[in-house]
Amino acid sequence: MSEKVLMKGNEAIAEAAIKCGCRHFFGYPITPQTELSEYLAKKMPKVGGLCLQAESEVAAINMTMGAAASGVRVITSSSSPGISLKSEGISYIAGCDLPCVIINIQRGGPGLGGIQPSQADYYQATRGVGHGDLRLLVFAPSSVQEMAQLTIEAFDLADIYRMPAMILADGALGQMMEPVDFGAIPQRELPAKDWAACGHDNKRKKNIVNSLYIDPQELENIVDQRYERYAKIEETEARCEEYLTDDADIVLVSFGITARVCKTAIGAARAEGIKVGMIRPITLWPFPKKAIHAAACSAKAMLSVEMSKGQMIDDVRLAANGQCPVEFYGRTGGMIPTPDAVLEKIRAMQAQL
Amino acid sequence: MKTVFERPAALSNVPLHYCPGCTHGIIHRLVAEAIDELGIAGKTIGVASVGCSVFSYNYFECDMVQAAHGRAPAVATGIKRTHPDNFVFTYQGDGDLAAIGTAETVHSATRGENITIIFVNNAIYGMTGGQMAPTTLPGQVTTTSPYGRDRSIQGNPIRVCEMLSTLDGVALAARVSVDSPKNVMQAKKMILKAFKNQEDKKGLSIVEVLSTCPTNWGLSPEKALDWVRSDMMPYYPLGVYKDIDALEGGAAK
Repeated sequence: MSEKVLMKGNEAIAEAAIKCGCRHFFGYPITPQTELSEYLAKKMPKVGGLCLQAESEVAAINMTMGAAASGVRVITSSSSPGISLKSEGISYIAGCDLPCVIINIQRGGPGLGGIQPSQADYYQATRGVGHGDLRLLVFAPSSVQEMAQLTIEAFDLADIYRMPAMILADGALGQMMEPVDFGAIPQRELPAKDWAACGHDNKRKKNIVNSLYIDPQELENIVDQRYERYAKIEETEARCEEYLTDDADIVLVSFGITARVCKTAIGAARAEGIKVGMIRPITLWPFPKKAIHAAACSAKAMLSVEMSKGQMIDDVRLAANGQCPVEFYGRTGGMIPTPDAVLEKIRAMQAQL
Repeated sequence: MKTVFERPAALSNVPLHYCPGCTHGIIHRLVAEAIDELGIAGKTIGVASVGCSVFSYNYFECDMVQAAHGRAPAVATGIKRTHPDNFVFTYQGDGDLAAIGTAETVHSATRGENITIIFVNNAIYGMTGGQMAPTTLPGQVTTTSPYGRDRSIQGNPIRVCEMLSTLDGVALAARVSVDSPKNVMQAKKMILKAFKNQEDKKGLSIVEVLSTCPTNWGLSPEKALDWVRSDMMPYYPLGVYKDIDALEGGAAK
């Protein structure tokens, strides 16, 4: 029988990693992800694993790359400024087709920014985390329960598609405590890592883990092959939660902690007779384009609510493709939108319909 | 007919891309010989760096990983910590190890990672066409120090073995050269020891090899070897800067 444990979001990610067989963590301290590395520093030695504090985020991501290249499950975690430092390594990991899980417990930016929750790394995660043509699987949990579940998903899908996966959470989700039910860990059939550099033992040809292709045609071919995989992922792995969208005139799009604020606002708006619902992307890449497009076709207006100056709204508009107007409400710098402010925006939009 | 000389099994049977007179080829051979003598090709994972030796993943008959510029010791740490009974080595140049990768070098050393670092110091960036390196000598002309390295502007070169020998995690720090048969023999001895240290989990072993770059130095291969002796060796004296076997205790702290 499964039971619920009260945990912080950061700890839930750490425990989920252990539960799905990850025994290697490399990281560097940064607020607000600290509990994650502290939890693993305590737990890893007890399960025969390793929690190693690197000299920098740059070193941590490259240690992660080395571990991934040698064929083991590996996780690293950081927060916004640290992810910027990791972006070089993430590009190499993507270019070498290596699976690993990267946690970003976002804080306000740019620069040193602040230490309060933010979603302003959306562009970075979905567009520009590292140079070159590459994608990350990006998961956006909205509860401590999902912090655990999606971490396990991230490990599996990273292994299946041989690519890095990111949990894009925020300081609020990382720090808050909620009950978590780890339940039964889903057992997927995963591909053998026969490409790993772990010593050929004189039984096979040598493996080379590499992202260098001097011949431009060869490099284009490799990138094309990777994009065929990406296309399959976009077709099959996009996930979202639809909330009261069936009859909605106004459809909010929101992820992570912000989506919970929106649910409260939607409840209040519904009580006033405003037909409003929400699509909550659970994967930010692949983005749930089809669900958003369908909503844009049936709704009269959409509203992207984010803890940024408006980043996901670009994807919402691309998916809506002009079927209805898409408006924005957001706070930034570590400020969390209030339900009242979102409700006010919904009322204003309703008045314009 | 008796075979008196052949390619080491751990050295791939492919043409090397290095310039004529460059000593990378000799150093590759010594690494391969060490791997053969210890019989560890099947248990070894090499980490290639960025610079002239970027393609070294094509030249060794063991599993290889190609790392970002300067990050080879961190990548090697990730491999070694997940496979502690395997042999892991990095093959890095001076720009890679002593400029962009200084933090990774120093911290893998002070942690005492049980890895071997082959550090090829030719006092110049070869791959990008002859720019100033962290080990470029005072007065040395490069494309980015065209009037000679001026200490008041470009600062001083870095002596890696001397610096690393102060760190507790280092088992072996030795500077060798491949300019003469005698020095090649000594280089081989140190490289072999640097790999053997992993077996006994003694800590990090680094062998710095003074190397030539006839192309970017603008010297003939023979004159380049002369320059190693006349200019490099006085600034970078050969020797064993740390060997824990020679100290009490036997293992790096």
